[in-house]
Amino acid sequence: MRNAFADEVTKLGAEDDRVVLLTGDIGNRLFDRFKENKRERFFNCGVAEANMMGVAAGMAMSGLRPIVYTITPFTTTRCYEQIRVDACYHDVPVIIVGTGSGLSYADLGPTHHSCEDLAIMRVLPNMTVLAPADEVELRQCLRAAIELDGPVYMRIGKKGEKVTPKATDEFQIGRSITVAEGTDVCLISTGTVLPMVMEAVTMLADAGISARVESFHTVKPLDEGTLADVFTRFRLVAVIEEHSRLGGLGGSIAEWLARQNGKAGRMISFGTDDVFLHEIGTQNYARGRLGLTAENVARGVREAVG
Amino acid sequence: MASSPQPIEKQVRELITATKLCELGRIARDARLRIITNSHKTQTPHLGSCLSCVDILVAAYFHCLRIDPANPRDPERDRFILSKGHGAAALFQILAMRGFYPESMLATYGQDGSLFAEHPPSPDYLPGIEAATGSLGHGLPIGLGMALSARIQNRNYNVVALLSDGECNEGSIWEAAMMAAARRVGNLVAVVDYNKWQATDRSREVMGDASLVGKWHAFGWESCEIDGHDMAALVDVLGERRSNEGQPVAVVAHTVKGKGVSFMEDDNNWHYKIPSEEDLVSVRRELGVES
Repeated sequence: MRNAFADEVTKLGAEDDRVVLLTGDIGNRLFDRFKENKRERFFNCGVAEANMMGVAAGMAMSGLRPIVYTITPFTTTRCYEQIRVDACYHDVPVIIVGTGSGLSYADLGPTHHSCEDLAIMRVLPNMTVLAPADEVELRQCLRAAIELDGPVYMRIGKKGEKVTPKATDEFQIGRSITVAEGTDVCLISTGTVLPMVMEAVTMLADAGISARVESFHTVKPLDEGTLADVFTRFRLVAVIEEHSRLGGLGGSIAEWLARQNGKAGRMISFGTDDVFLHEIGTQNYARGRLGLTAENVARGVREAVG
Repeated sequence: MASSPQPIEKQVRELITATKLCELGRIARDARLRIITNSHKTQTPHLGSCLSCVDILVAAYFHCLRIDPANPRDPERDRFILSKGHGAAALFQILAMRGFYPESMLATYGQDGSLFAEHPPSPDYLPGIEAATGSLGHGLPIGLGMALSARIQNRNYNVVALLSDGECNEGSIWEAAMMAAARRVGNLVAVVDYNKWQATDRSREVMGDASLVGKWHAFGWESCEIDGHDMAALVDVLGERRSNEGQPVAVVAHTVKGKGVSFMEDDNNWHYKIPSEEDLVSVRRELGVES
């Protein structure tokens, strides 16, 4: 996905003179083409993320459209104060891109994991929170983000994310995409777990359970229209994310459900446990350790519907 | 080759300068009175921190900055960021005196629902404010972003960030310092209101006494030290038009916390203390103002 990001941001940079790319000393060779075309709009800010975020805010206050890119923990937890105060409190158009989100960097240990970023970003006023499933959604998200006038946080994967075909390429921030139709349960997926969720759909079909799949590329604002629809229509909604079960999309939807005054709706959620995973391995290994597999999702849904 | 100025021309220039400096001194005295009176009336603290930077603010807003209160968002304007946001009580008076908003707005100072208290609000809420500071260490990185924007957009403006010495405890200041020097952001000026105190102790007791100007110099800034209450020195250093490419400039301004009132000077109780009615009488006498 990072290659797609580099490609799309290069295109955007060529089209829109306001676009500036700031990186935290990461992306070796990744932005060579951007730099060729727009040398004076590229800034490697070094391993100094708090300053980088402040600089981005200053640029946004001056009419530019800065995009900040580094590995997710360093563009979220590391400089959270600056995101909160410089970007959100001032309500200025900074696009914050966290690469290698979730467990993408499972081989680098918990310092490079991000299973709390959705929670801390969505709780900030004025912030839009995006989690594209694949490079197609990523390009759509980025283009839509540039049109907004406030801060945007987008978490993306790393590489090798399979593209899930969609019936439409209509895209709107805050409007989920129906990836598959179904009649028994609804699976809400956010971010790069979508291919895994689609595998779970096949397993559920084998067990006689028909599943609709919604891709929530937008975590904030929440697509309440779709939620109202699926919670009425389906006896179970399952939310799946590569994020802690505390406070991410699942948490957000649970909050929404609680506000519906007891009207209909049953949900279960899949995400990472409230732990740091000390053992390293591939992303699939890490997902397996933390229950984010198609088998686990299918089993969980089957047991819940009874 | 130009001939050296005739004696009479030089005298006239010096006379204009002296008149101007006198005027700036008068404005600073007025500002001090307003700030102290307001602190009493609204029970707003940080008086010491406000008084130490009055002369810097006056030199900037009444002489050096290329700004127009009628056009507060002019893209070509100079930017002044009060990175030491707790000096807002001083900034609010000076912006009003300079005409950014009507004096009458200050009537709500400190009341529920007001914009005016201890820190600057967001620029969207009050003309003249460039950044909603109050958390230290933010103003310089934001200013660096604004300064770099000038280069990117082919504009020509100065960005001045006023820091406190306590604020130089913050790591983000030094991150910005590194990048500004590395990128040769010549239109960025950092002024440190070096009043030798922070909230709870003398600065040197908290973070040591390794040379402050030495630090900025080591980080690659064109650094100087001045008397932060010498209007001529302030006007000289802040008035220069900077190029977008070059060394950024650090001005370590030696100041006195609580400057202007003898019983407030260098007394850190006045970081938080509110002046009483009796204090105000003494203040008016010292500033040479009729009661």
